[in-house]
Amino acid sequence: MSDAAAHEFQFSSAAHQRETAISGIWLFLATEALFFGPIFLAWIYARLADPSAFDAGGRQTELAIGVTNTALLIASSFAYGVGLACIEFGSRRGMVLWLLIAWALGAAFIGLKFGVEWRMDLEKGLFPGATFSVHGPSRSGAQLFFAFYFFSTALHGLHLLVGLALLAWIIAKARQFTSERHSPVRAVGLYWSFIDIIWLILFPLIYLIGRAS
Amino acid sequence: MTHSAAHVSYLEDGHTLRSWLLTTDHKRIAILYLVAITFFFFAGGVAAFLMRYNLISSHGLLGSAETYNRLFSMHGILMVWVFLVPAVPVTLGNFLTPLMLGARDLAFPPLNLLSWYLFIVAGFVALYAVVAGGVDTGWTFYTPLTSLYSKGHVVAAFIAIFIAGFSSIATGLNFIVTIHKLRAPGMGWYKMPVFLWSLYATSVILVLATPVLAMTLLLVAFERIFGIGVFDPAIGGDPLLFQHLFWFYSHPAVYVMILPGFGVISEIVPAFSRKELFGYKFIVWASIAIAVIGFLVWGHHMFVAGTSLFSAIVFSLLSYMVAVPSAIKVFNWIGTMHKGYIHFDSPMLYAIGFIGLFTTGGLTGLFVAALAADVHLTQTYFVVAHFHYVMVGGMVSAYFAGLHFWWPKITGRLYPEMWGRAGAITIFVGFNLTFFPQFVLGYLGMPRRYFAYPQQFEALNLLSSAGAVVLAIGYLLPLGYLTWSLLYGDRASANPWGATGLEWSTPSPPPTENFAVTPIVTQAPYQYEQPEAVIHE
Repeated sequence: MSDAAAHEFQFSSAAHQRETAISGIWLFLATEALFFGPIFLAWIYARLADPSAFDAGGRQTELAIGVTNTALLIASSFAYGVGLACIEFGSRRGMVLWLLIAWALGAAFIGLKFGVEWRMDLEKGLFPGATFSVHGPSRSGAQLFFAFYFFSTALHGLHLLVGLALLAWIIAKARQFTSERHSPVRAVGLYWSFIDIIWLILFPLIYLIGRAS
Repeated sequence: MTHSAAHVSYLEDGHTLRSWLLTTDHKRIAILYLVAITFFFFAGGVAAFLMRYNLISSHGLLGSAETYNRLFSMHGILMVWVFLVPAVPVTLGNFLTPLMLGARDLAFPPLNLLSWYLFIVAGFVALYAVVAGGVDTGWTFYTPLTSLYSKGHVVAAFIAIFIAGFSSIATGLNFIVTIHKLRAPGMGWYKMPVFLWSLYATSVILVLATPVLAMTLLLVAFERIFGIGVFDPAIGGDPLLFQHLFWFYSHPAVYVMILPGFGVISEIVPAFSRKELFGYKFIVWASIAIAVIGFLVWGHHMFVAGTSLFSAIVFSLLSYMVAVPSAIKVFNWIGTMHKGYIHFDSPMLYAIGFIGLFTTGGLTGLFVAALAADVHLTQTYFVVAHFHYVMVGGMVSAYFAGLHFWWPKITGRLYPEMWGRAGAITIFVGFNLTFFPQFVLGYLGMPRRYFAYPQQFEALNLLSSAGAVVLAIGYLLPLGYLTWSLLYGDRASANPWGATGLEWSTPSPPPTENFAVTPIVTQAPYQYEQPEAVIHE
């Protein structure tokens, strides 16, 4: 199929259709940013009300896993970026290889986060409620910290799972992409990096601020 | 392209149910929305009617405060999320945006269809919440009532609103990208009809404010399900934070409801005054200003909720500021009518009604934006009357104005004009009869949301309920004659009103691909010529 004919009838050309799709993704990410916004706002606001309890909560988290996971996600976005560059230069095989690496790194994050870290957290009695294991004056605030923690990591994990499904879809459809026509690869890449950015805000909120003070 | 294939009207292009339910044609999706919206409008209307029935007597004729609470919650939730917020954008906006731009469809037609399905699911989940026993929290869902105490089906209502929100976001996103990317050759930003500018401003709010509400409701649902959460003061959370986040969406959402109405009126007033729109750029930038300033006024809902005096003063000033662009629009519409050759057809009757009712609603908004006055007026019927003048007197009038104006384009049929005028006048009279007494009631101190009230307020409440009967008749009239016109109305020409705008240059109803040849725009919008006699007056 020639490049000129392969576009929907409301567009004047395939290039027009591609740039429109990319604008749509950017706008969707703006929506997503405001979707996560209230969590960050509420989190920081609640911490200001009771900083020492939030710090006590924050010190219960698994710093080593948090750091490892951050590295995994950044590496994954890097791999995706290399994959995108590969298809831009016409190497479909290179793209598939790097996207598989990106997928594996993302999946490793999920495994570490929910398979290992969440299990440790739950075993330590960190889920808010009657069995919550932090006692003393920090108990209430630390529970609030972990309410934020479980809520936001679950939501972030959900976004990551959607991202993994999209990556798998791109890999499965790899045959269709050429150095000219690969806007889905670019679009999914934008989303994939966006999830990283969300994590880069969550990471200090969860692991660092409590330990810094 | 052969011309026989090119000119099949979108209504003739497939007659099966499947051809409707799986369509990606923006015009057919607009019709799907129109049917759904009409259903929810009357469902919400029945709840309102029962409330007015209850309030005929000071003892409350329904006999149960619980039932009354559920009714006003149902009325608010249905009317806000499945009627007012989507109404104009998803029906007229969906139908007209590509036509006005000279495009063949929206940028993402499958997303458009998806948004309809999301909307339907949301609407029926909301109805489920009602049928399963209802919600007693009001449409504002204040914590800790919603998070800890309410026994209603709060989570179901949240799911409905959450899904409806994504439907809104999909629609808004589609409009923004379409307006940026799919304008016909020559269609510069300042050559676009004002209706599209209004939709653009509306869409920006939809895309940026709706996700905040979605997350806020998720947080409350989390709190309700796990019994622990961020708005619970027992562990250091803050219920006021909920109000901030809720109104950060819900006040801009008020502009989502009214801005498309402004757009509709800006199309109709020049068409029926035979004059160019007065102050085009002012109207355009007033829409953008409203969308921007509208994000900065949410705190005026919380003057008595325990916010600081400083924040209250700032929010009060900002609320005054947002009135300026709205007033600019009103002046511009009147300026357009000034020395115009005015035709009093139904759309224009609705539009004139809109200007009066919206101005009343807008000016009384300044009363409640004033700190000292608000302490007296907040939580009374004055507020109820104020926002109904804007939302019903304003927005619903604009919706009907637009529906009548573009009805011939959408259906290819003319509605009976005399019935149209009778409907417009009935709605205007019924509306004022229903809601003007509520200004007085509120000023006298009758609180809102109560199912029984002191006997001294009975006469005014009776008047209001009588008005509701007239208003209900007014709303049933268009349902009757518009439906009748689908079968028996005269065939409409391409441009029955002699209006400008690309949508009138294509046949009524338009062919599936909208334009046989992509139009090239050379003129500014609203190039109306006045009859000789009037010009030389």
